[in-house]
Amino acid sequence: MKNIFATRWGIIGVGAIIGVLAALLQYFGNPANMGVCVACFVRDITGATGLHRAAVVQYMRPEIIGFIIGALGAALVFREFKPRGGSAPIARFVLGAFAMIGALVFLGCPWRAMLRLAGGDLNAVLGLAGLAGGIWIGTLFLKNGYSLGRAKVFPWAAGWIMPAIAAGFLVLMLLNPPIAGEGKSGVLFYSVSGPGSMYAPFAVSLGIGLFIGILAQRSRFCTMGAIRDLLLFRQVHLLSGALALLVFAFIANLALGQFNPGFENQPVAHTSHAWNALGMVLAGLAFALAGGCPGRQLFLSGEGDGDAAIFVIGMIAGAAFSHNFGLASSPAGVGPHGIAAVVVGLAVCAAIGFTMKEKRS
Amino acid sequence: MSKTVDARGLSCPQPVLMTLDEIRSAQAAELLILVDNEASKENVSRAVANQGWKVADIDEDGGEFRIRAQKG
Repeated sequence: MKNIFATRWGIIGVGAIIGVLAALLQYFGNPANMGVCVACFVRDITGATGLHRAAVVQYMRPEIIGFIIGALGAALVFREFKPRGGSAPIARFVLGAFAMIGALVFLGCPWRAMLRLAGGDLNAVLGLAGLAGGIWIGTLFLKNGYSLGRAKVFPWAAGWIMPAIAAGFLVLMLLNPPIAGEGKSGVLFYSVSGPGSMYAPFAVSLGIGLFIGILAQRSRFCTMGAIRDLLLFRQVHLLSGALALLVFAFIANLALGQFNPGFENQPVAHTSHAWNALGMVLAGLAFALAGGCPGRQLFLSGEGDGDAAIFVIGMIAGAAFSHNFGLASSPAGVGPHGIAAVVVGLAVCAAIGFTMKEKRS
Repeated sequence: MSKTVDARGLSCPQPVLMTLDEIRSAQAAELLILVDNEASKENVSRAVANQGWKVADIDEDGGEFRIRAQKG
């Protein structure tokens, strides 16, 4: 059976739908220019479980849960659910952590970089330039034989672990729903102010998350791959999807009155141009070395890919370090130790890039 | 002359990189590329077509794909 989502118009359609849905999620209550930011929302989940205690970014985002479970459903229906893993998991964990640390210096993953630009935040241009630069460095490693090695087929149940964790988070949220004005409900933390306190209705968030999870699993939508394939192969397939997201989010923002062009006073953003760019150099390099943007890693984890799941767990650890150690930026500027973390992260990614090669038989 | 590229267990972009290496080395007029996931199958097929080669056929066996590509 032909997969229509893997065609040129398929990927463009998926990008366009994600762009419009992201703008709508903002309209329904998600933070501005953050309709579906994968890094931000994983960071919010990290906060909801108390792994970091930054009180303004704690919410169990149903979109992320939906991404994983939606991808699982699509993979099961189309017989692509395939438990696998064992391709340098600890390297993937570290890449996930530094990808998150870099993204939180910029304040957004590649998805949010595009959503910020679509909302008029011109600081995102620096972030996108940095992202492209980081991915370009990654392609140099790839051309020189960089590889995390082959994955192996895992027992059936192993593929269910990440979807089960997502389902467990959903159950926790249903058992401990937000209470107006309270910072905690049962075991979960909830922001009472800041971006973590801004969210679309639960059913809207979960429904859109599931829908995007299904579409992205079928289309292989990936914002890192978009730039990587252009640089590495001169292929624009994935790029056309990413550009569709940008264009349609922009159109939707115009229609909904959510477009405010400029550098200053942009929502959940800072104007330190160098660190907007360098934070995303780190994130882009880490995504390129790990083979996918944070969204794609979530969708793959839903398909049973244990290596992608380890990357996601690494992102959670990275988010915890970011906020516990003062690495994450805020609208006031870069965090007290954000610059040091970017430097260390680039060194670690370079070490992984230079040393990890598959033995050719 | 046919040559085999074994990209099983690898995920994008490596199966494509390995395939393009073989196409560019111009040693063979036919390649047999082994991959074990749908995304790699789609990516390799797309890359082969971009190089002016054609995908002659694809066999599936237990989740593994054997892509036979020929010089156009």
